[in-house]
Amino acid sequence: MRRYATTLKAAALAAALALAPAGAWAQGHDEIHLPDTKFSFEGVFGTFDRASAQRGFQVYKEVCSACHAMRHLSYRHLRGIGFNEAQVAALASQFQVQDGPNDNGEMFERPARASDHFRRPFPNDAAARAANNGALPPDLTVMVKAREGGADYLHALLIGYEEPPPGVTVANGMHYNKYFPGHQIAMPPPLNSEGQVTYADGTKATVDQMSQDVSTFLAWAAEPELEQRRSMGVRMIIYLAILGGLVFAVKKKIWARLHQTEPAP
Amino acid sequence: MAEGLHDSDIPNPVLRWVDQRLPILSMVQREYGTFPTPRNFNYFWNFGALAMINLVIMIATGVILSMQYAANTGLAFDSVERIMRDVNYGWLLRYAHANGASMFFIVVYMHIWRNLYYGSYKTPRELLFMIGVVIFILMMATAFMGYVLPWGQMSFWGATVITNLFSAIPVVGQHIVTWLWGGFSVDNPTLNRFFSLHYLLPFVITGVVFLHIAALHIVGSNNPLGIEPKGPKDTIPFHPYYTSKDSVGIIVYLLVFAVIVFFMPNYLGHPDNYIPANPLVTPAHIVPEWYFLPFYAILRAVPNKLGGVAMMGGALVILFFLPWLDSSPVRSMRFRPIAKWAFLLFSVNFLVLGWVGGKPAEQPYILIAQICAAYYFAYFLVILPLLAKFERPLPLPESISASVLKHRGGGPLPAGATAKPMEKA
Repeated sequence: MRRYATTLKAAALAAALALAPAGAWAQGHDEIHLPDTKFSFEGVFGTFDRASAQRGFQVYKEVCSACHAMRHLSYRHLRGIGFNEAQVAALASQFQVQDGPNDNGEMFERPARASDHFRRPFPNDAAARAANNGALPPDLTVMVKAREGGADYLHALLIGYEEPPPGVTVANGMHYNKYFPGHQIAMPPPLNSEGQVTYADGTKATVDQMSQDVSTFLAWAAEPELEQRRSMGVRMIIYLAILGGLVFAVKKKIWARLHQTEPAP
Repeated sequence: MAEGLHDSDIPNPVLRWVDQRLPILSMVQREYGTFPTPRNFNYFWNFGALAMINLVIMIATGVILSMQYAANTGLAFDSVERIMRDVNYGWLLRYAHANGASMFFIVVYMHIWRNLYYGSYKTPRELLFMIGVVIFILMMATAFMGYVLPWGQMSFWGATVITNLFSAIPVVGQHIVTWLWGGFSVDNPTLNRFFSLHYLLPFVITGVVFLHIAALHIVGSNNPLGIEPKGPKDTIPFHPYYTSKDSVGIIVYLLVFAVIVFFMPNYLGHPDNYIPANPLVTPAHIVPEWYFLPFYAILRAVPNKLGGVAMMGGALVILFFLPWLDSSPVRSMRFRPIAKWAFLLFSVNFLVLGWVGGKPAEQPYILIAQICAAYYFAYFLVILPLLAKFERPLPLPESISASVLKHRGGGPLPAGATAKPMEKA
């Protein structure tokens, strides 16, 4: 038995070796506690709430997209949050995109098709900075994966604007946000009043609701494969567990041959 | 060797025809079929086979990823996102490849741990061990360059920090860095050459792995007792015994791998690498991948840049001298009452180094890193050489088979009672 105890101890050490340092990164130096939001896509079996993601797209389209691009998304990708082909075509056609050059060598505008990338608010980064007091609104496609805390952080950020505490001076053109690292953010509060968007499904558009919806949409945009990935993972683990049982039984049976040839204890 | 056809005993006539002319089947039969292997391996001996499987997975996923990846600073980040979204199962390939690197290091660290605990580096396996250290260093270089390819913030800044280490070399340092970069900063030429080398090095590793295995099959495997097999009763054929035992390990390995890839694919990564590389914005903390953290901690423990680089390199190079630093004839730590605890402390010490490596370079982490780095080197340079002289090892069992059967509760055996364990196998 001593032999197995050693083996186990060492295996535990190895597991710690593998995971401890990575976990250690997760703590930022600045102690900010994010409120833990209950999102539909959390947990092993969580899926994106389609209605919420669609409302979130509406928030993005009517509010965020004034400044933030999502350059890795095409309109056709919206099928992933439950829009059908006709709805996607109709959504896309609301936007004018540049195409060309045509036979005369000129660029021209046309309504977007499902295959087009999301229209960008600015032609280039310099234009984006010029329009935003020198700050560059980041692309939002993978924002949920690019921040500690993911969707929880985005939701917290969107509802985290408040008056600066006494003694704190906010620089010109900046805004105080209790969840932003350093607390001074260039983005003015984007969701600032109830009913800022009108939801077609009758959901009350509170700031918190809009923020949750757009966070859900952005979580989907960052990981559109999430549902497929997890369901494949569950099947993979069931398969490996069964196969592992069989392989272990085979190993036992083979090694039993070795034991037969020795005197019984 | 005599010329003419090889004397093959393969029954199938077609395969025999091939084998007589190119005895590759005989070789496989000899090296992986009947190959006499100590009968007392524990599951720690799975990790060599797992590393081999892992290498195959990395090359297979990597070759396919490279068909979709664009090694250009303007395209790299977007091409990776395109793989994640628009390539069929591209997310699976990329997550398997990125986390496969972490799995590779878990497996190889365990493989090295087993080597150190059971004294596998000692004669006659010194060269086998040194070839293994070469593989480990090649792996580190490959993994580092692979992490640069997605061209996120950590890619760029990691590349900047690590390549800048060479500037610590007196006189020629800065010239070497410029030469590595292919310019005056980490830029498109750097990305291009890193991609080229990232594709090349795994095949170099494959070649060195074959040397590793060839050397292994000359001197034979070590085992948990650290004593050489004395006769046929101490060994069993590799197949079916260790093929079946390795298969169990492979399934467990795949289970761990699957949990990471399917349920926490970004846990071992860093969020900043989903921000496109920006030479004008430095991340608050530049941290390398977790598997480099112990060595990164040693680097930062030394206040002098050249000293830190030398210590970090020394932490790896010292392994080449280990077979001679530890001159105790007893291999397995099971029979070394003091060395065993010194080594277990070394293992914990290594984990602590990894932990401080991920912390900001400030007190008390610097002090902890300095103490741990000191113990890392003391273990090799002071403790092992002294213990080889002064430690009294426990008595070694007379043979592998005697020990195996005693473990099973059979008591001491009359000589010859287990003479031919292979008869019915």
